[in-house]
Amino acid sequence: MFSDEAPEPVTVLSDWRKSQQSERESRACQTRAVHSDEAQIQTTSTTTSSTQTEPQDQTSEQPLQQNHQPGPPDLKDFLQRIEETVITELVKNARGHAFDGFQANWGDHSQLVSCLHRLQHPIAQERDLHVTSVSWTCTGSVIACAYGRIDEGHWGTERSYLCTWNLNSQSLRPRQADLVIDVHTAITVLSCHPEKPALIAGGLYSGEVVIWDTSRTQDPVLALTGMSADSHREPIYQVAWVPLQEKGEFGVLSAGSGGRVLLWTVDSEQGRLVLKSAYALIQQQLPHNSSISLKAPGSSNVGVTSLALSVWDPDTFLVGSEGGLLLRCSFSSKTPAAVSTKDQTVTLRAPAVFSFRPHSGPVHSIHCSPFHRNLFVSAGTDGLAHLHSMLQPNPLMSLRVSETYVFQVEWSPTRPLVFAAATGQGEVQIFDLGRRSLRPVATIGQGTARQAATCLAFNRQSSHLLAVGNMDGTVGVWELSADLTEQNPRERSQLEQIANQVAE
Amino acid sequence: MAEVEETLKRIQGQKGVQGIIIVNSEGIPIKTTLDNSSTVQYAGLIHQLVMKARSTVRDIDPQNDLTFMRVRSKKNEIMIAPDKDYFLIVIQNPSD
Repeated sequence: MFSDEAPEPVTVLSDWRKSQQSERESRACQTRAVHSDEAQIQTTSTTTSSTQTEPQDQTSEQPLQQNHQPGPPDLKDFLQRIEETVITELVKNARGHAFDGFQANWGDHSQLVSCLHRLQHPIAQERDLHVTSVSWTCTGSVIACAYGRIDEGHWGTERSYLCTWNLNSQSLRPRQADLVIDVHTAITVLSCHPEKPALIAGGLYSGEVVIWDTSRTQDPVLALTGMSADSHREPIYQVAWVPLQEKGEFGVLSAGSGGRVLLWTVDSEQGRLVLKSAYALIQQQLPHNSSISLKAPGSSNVGVTSLALSVWDPDTFLVGSEGGLLLRCSFSSKTPAAVSTKDQTVTLRAPAVFSFRPHSGPVHSIHCSPFHRNLFVSAGTDGLAHLHSMLQPNPLMSLRVSETYVFQVEWSPTRPLVFAAATGQGEVQIFDLGRRSLRPVATIGQGTARQAATCLAFNRQSSHLLAVGNMDGTVGVWELSADLTEQNPRERSQLEQIANQVAE
Repeated sequence: MAEVEETLKRIQGQKGVQGIIIVNSEGIPIKTTLDNSSTVQYAGLIHQLVMKARSTVRDIDPQNDLTFMRVRSKKNEIMIAPDKDYFLIVIQNPSD
């Protein structure tokens, strides 16, 4: 009943793999190969061309030259009608002297010379320091004053001061300077920058030249020469700002008793003055003048006590010496000076080209006329002021200014015939060459104390102001009267006549 | 035209003459020997002055009229010859 069952194997193929294996296809894709090429190009020749318009000639724009088309017809008639009348009047006017010397009196002119301020620095006065130099800044509102000594010959190491006062300030205190700069030795001379009101150049008794920047509060010293082989080793008597070739740039010219005249440029980043050119005045190299007998054979250097620049000729400067010599010098001189030049980085040159008749004592001051290119005035210990022409060795005029020394002379910036002189008697004498007599037209006195007036400066902006420095340590600011400040119509032609005189 | 130029040259040739300007009745410069800016300044200002002076003279006496005007100043003298259509302005420095 039972039988062996031989079950047949049943094969069931697994299909999980199959079912999972989805259909696959493979495809491929390829981008085309990128072709690259290189090409170069070069020009074989170049040309440059430029063009520029010529500056337009201003004069050709004048309607007179421009109008070539016939004018309105009645213009001719008008001119013919009027010509005779006009010419008659022109001739009459040119001949007439009806208005000569007439001056309309507009407004209230002060007829008096009066002292506006008496500025002083009490600490300097306690120590009996003298005012050695005064200078107005280019704006004309600030006066700078230097303290030092003028009566001492020996080497001083005394401290001194540079003080400034702003006269236009509401809070002007005559006994308290707006700014006081301490200086380690006496200041002999000051000169304010002609364009930048904050810059003042000064010369020291030690021979250093310093530029102060009064706008800097921390350290007012902008630049100084220091002690080098090139610099002065004896007191400086004069510093002046000189326009350089580059427009708007100024150098400092300094001169001292060592006989050197040095031109410095200001390197404000380094804080030093760089020597640009140097001149030495040597006795043997002075231009020969028969009226000069060369004295003092022992010392060959000519000690410079005063220096003046010509407003008209940038190449010329004038030098006055301790021995009384007056020399005209040239910046462009090429003659080397006859001195040993070891340790010198800049070649010393001999600048003198012309000798004027010498004074009989040191020349303290020279000033070139701002109204005539050939006129200058010089003064010194002989108490005379000499009016010179650049072209003649002898003075055109000699005026007795004082019985004692004359410390400074300066021309008025507004009246061509007027100059002022600071005298050792304490007065400032003002001369008017238009007057017949050669006596001063005004004398600015000092009151009781007869202390010498050491320096003076006309204010170029407010021409009625004159500053006078004194040996008693005060600076007087004076207001000049109208007749000392206002130019007459014929004054320039009178000056021209004086300049064209031939000295006897 | 040459006659106009010659007349101007004769006036310019007088002693001390610094400049000549011809201005028309509106104050516009027609001829000048000065530079542009001073011509414009002189023409405008002098024109106003002449008109004012003329009206002053005529207000004082209606029968009267301005014939010539001279302005003396510190530096020079300005002469003005007025007319219906033109003014002639001459600047002279008599002390030259």
